[in-house]
Amino acid sequence: MVGVPLWWRTTETYRAWLPVSQIQELSKLQLQLSADVEVVFSRGTVTPEQQKKLPLTQTQDEEHRVDEDTALSYRYETRYRTATVMEEDALNQPTAAGEMLFASLSNQLSRCKHSVISVRPQVITSLILSCSSSAEADLSLHTLSESPCGSLVVYVIPESSTLLPQDVDVYIGRRRTAFLRIGAKMRVGRTLEQLLAHMEPRVKQVLQVMSFSHTDITAALSDRVRLSPGNKESIADSMRAFKSSPGYEITFSLLNPDPKSHRLHWDIEGAAQTYIQPLLTKLAPVANFSMDSQTLYYAVLGVSPRFDSSRSTYTLNADSLAHVINPVEARLGSNAASSNPVLNFLLYVPDAHHSPLYIHDRKKQEVPSNAFHSPRWGGIMVYNVNDFYGPEAVFPVDINIDMAKVMGVFLAQLRLLLGVQSSSAPPGFLVAPCGTAGLADWELDRLMWSRSVENVATATTTITSLAQLLDQIGNIVINDNIAEQVSSAVTSLQLAVAELESGNLGFALQYSKEAILASERAFFDPSLLHLLYFPDDQKFAIYIPLFLPMCVPILLSLLKIISDARQKRRDKQAKKD
Amino acid sequence: MEMLTLLCLFSTYLLASSINIEENAGQFFSSGHTNNWAVLVCTSRFWFNYRHVANTLSVYRSVKRLGIPDSHIVLMLADDMACNHRNPKPATVFSHKNMELNVYGDDVEVDYRGYEVTVENFLRVLTGRLPPSTPRSKRLLSDDRSNILIYLTGHGGNGFLKFQDSEEISNVELADAFEQMWQKRRYNELLFIIDTCQGASMYERFYSPNLMALASSQVGEDSLSHQPDLAIGVHLMDRYTFYLLEFLEDIHPASKTNMNDLFKVCPKSHCVSTPGHRTDLFLRDPGSVLVTDFFGSVRKVELTMETINLTGHIKQWEESAADGEPRKETYSYSDQLPVSEIIHQKPKQKDWHPPDGFILGLWTLILLVFFKTYGIKHLKHIF
Repeated sequence: MVGVPLWWRTTETYRAWLPVSQIQELSKLQLQLSADVEVVFSRGTVTPEQQKKLPLTQTQDEEHRVDEDTALSYRYETRYRTATVMEEDALNQPTAAGEMLFASLSNQLSRCKHSVISVRPQVITSLILSCSSSAEADLSLHTLSESPCGSLVVYVIPESSTLLPQDVDVYIGRRRTAFLRIGAKMRVGRTLEQLLAHMEPRVKQVLQVMSFSHTDITAALSDRVRLSPGNKESIADSMRAFKSSPGYEITFSLLNPDPKSHRLHWDIEGAAQTYIQPLLTKLAPVANFSMDSQTLYYAVLGVSPRFDSSRSTYTLNADSLAHVINPVEARLGSNAASSNPVLNFLLYVPDAHHSPLYIHDRKKQEVPSNAFHSPRWGGIMVYNVNDFYGPEAVFPVDINIDMAKVMGVFLAQLRLLLGVQSSSAPPGFLVAPCGTAGLADWELDRLMWSRSVENVATATTTITSLAQLLDQIGNIVINDNIAEQVSSAVTSLQLAVAELESGNLGFALQYSKEAILASERAFFDPSLLHLLYFPDDQKFAIYIPLFLPMCVPILLSLLKIISDARQKRRDKQAKKD
Repeated sequence: MEMLTLLCLFSTYLLASSINIEENAGQFFSSGHTNNWAVLVCTSRFWFNYRHVANTLSVYRSVKRLGIPDSHIVLMLADDMACNHRNPKPATVFSHKNMELNVYGDDVEVDYRGYEVTVENFLRVLTGRLPPSTPRSKRLLSDDRSNILIYLTGHGGNGFLKFQDSEEISNVELADAFEQMWQKRRYNELLFIIDTCQGASMYERFYSPNLMALASSQVGEDSLSHQPDLAIGVHLMDRYTFYLLEFLEDIHPASKTNMNDLFKVCPKSHCVSTPGHRTDLFLRDPGSVLVTDFFGSVRKVELTMETINLTGHIKQWEESAADGEPRKETYSYSDQLPVSEIIHQKPKQKDWHPPDGFILGLWTLILLVFFKTYGIKHLKHIF
């Protein structure tokens, strides 16, 4: 009587409490993504009586059910208003008078160097702003007000406006603004409702490009939902970008197979600081990046290039590129201390006997960038240096590599590999080229949306499968630190989902990153290894020879005790009678 | 008439070439993996198990030849045959009699050797639950787009595989480990090859998707070794792996051989045992799976069509030492391991625990029953 509870207490394993009910709630994921859109009507797009009804706010909800455990809903809060005076000035076309005025004013200023001229600032601003093309209008609008992360502003300009070229209806700027040219049908005689009904699908189209789109979000959920493969582009897109990770390592390598002929100099430190670092700084909320570089001598490609006599160049065609990477990869090192994914960017300078080397696509055309990339691995660029010296040069020749050209290609590849680039814009759209940072604000927003959703999806699957695993195997000890990590992961997940709902993209990403870190730490904790598997037949096989001989006398004596007791009771009964 | 035939030929050629292009593009996207990993394990100790080490090293060589780099291979060898005292040719491991092929060489990177090859370490590598101090080369850093090849060889039985002659891994544990890998999406597709006696029992319990398994013998059969070498004195290879390697010799990185050919390797006439395979958990048709999807590492490649126009010169970034003063950095040793303290440490007092509750309860029961049966008067004889 004493033994059994004592035995039970001393042989049970320590299992800290886990918030199982909350985890089960999280396994049914209901994600709501909200985006704020401001639609600003400039002069000439709305009639005065319509203007009186503005500003106006509308909310649209879209529900999608991905599978039985996952549901998505998108909420667009659209605020319609008219443009302010400053915005109007920024959007106005250049007028001849304005230009002349500007020219004379600048002339006067240059002549009167020593006298003080006071000019009203508004005059200056409006003059400068009036010389506008779409890019400059974009920039000036941005100086007026900065839209918060995750939101968009769409300026509706009249059809006759010359801000956009003739065949372009939508211009997407570098920040979070877009210019939308109102359609020809909406010229006269329409009510506000008709106007809004006309604007809605066009604004939606802009949103699909600049903010989250259903295909991107479902692709980000690939951890939870194993989707059937769609078209080829979507498969290629999903395979190309690296999965969300708290950190990445970027390695730049210079491959010099022929040091006897070429002595290569590349200012990698300066180039990385000038060209790559701005992008990485901008991507800081998404992940940490570490950069390093190396030079490899006598590194050869695994494929021998073919000589094209018609162009007297050496060529590598697209099919043989797949075999180039493996022999080189064996020579590339990586940082032994971290387990972060590595992005390799290789710059190959062909040897003097195989110069110039060009990459040909399937149609036997030269690839202008002379570079190729491999999904989830990195990129390789071939840099020809035969133009830098003549045939009578003294070997080895000193060559300075043009880092701007090289970094331009690597930056484009880096964007692709990190998942920034998405599908090409629909027809009639003009997308501004990204600036020195290499990343437009709305592209960053898109990345943040998909990363947050990806993190939330991964963290929920990790936590649910961990809870399931610990439930199934009763012998695993759950330490306090694991329970702590699980609880903090659950809290962060709940916060992340709440922040996504309210549209605070920055906080949502931060919480989702915390959730992922905590859940990964809990799942991959080294103490959670269940090694003791006892199938029933093995258990019987071990215990029976041990306990059967011992149990036989015990059982016999128990039987004797019972028969004695029964005998005694019968005697007592007999005595009583 | 001739024009017609010419036209027919030309059109069929066009059709064929367009199908070829489509096929190529289709091949590009037919497998969903971007990188390859291999986990090669030899589980036996002792000199007479030379052939298991030779098996594993031969598969390692083939896999490296077909393109998987060392950083993506986890090689676990339970014993060091090359440096064994009984090896008449030290620093070599031969896989063919007459010492034709030395598979050890000088380009072998063994990640787990000797006593590090345990069931625990193997499961830790598979599930990723390694202590944080484990270096990168000892980890399986696969993601959801990795194809993994797992090769096990050693002595096995019905439902288990023996590690190091002292412990065993059961097929249920292996199946659970694969399920945990699937839960965390640590593989895209997995090929499991096992060359032991009764090897088919090891893949009976798998239940995770995208697993394909090959074994050298069925339940109740023994896998046999191939050929002894009279100079070295032990058997050099197992039959199944020998014929598997002969098959792999014909594979080069661009070959299009598929899995159905791999299943035909080593028929009963050569192998004496019946090799088995399991493909019901695999989503793709085995006929469309290339051997190089698992044994090689053929990268997917896309041409970079866009570049970014970068203007602006490189900033000459000057450090804070612009004023010409050299920066003085004080160097110091980082915290070293307190070796002297550890060496001279007193042995830790092991705390005395009272006997386990179960044993206590059992003995109490026995004593109680004994004294109840035979009477209390015997007590004085004991104490």
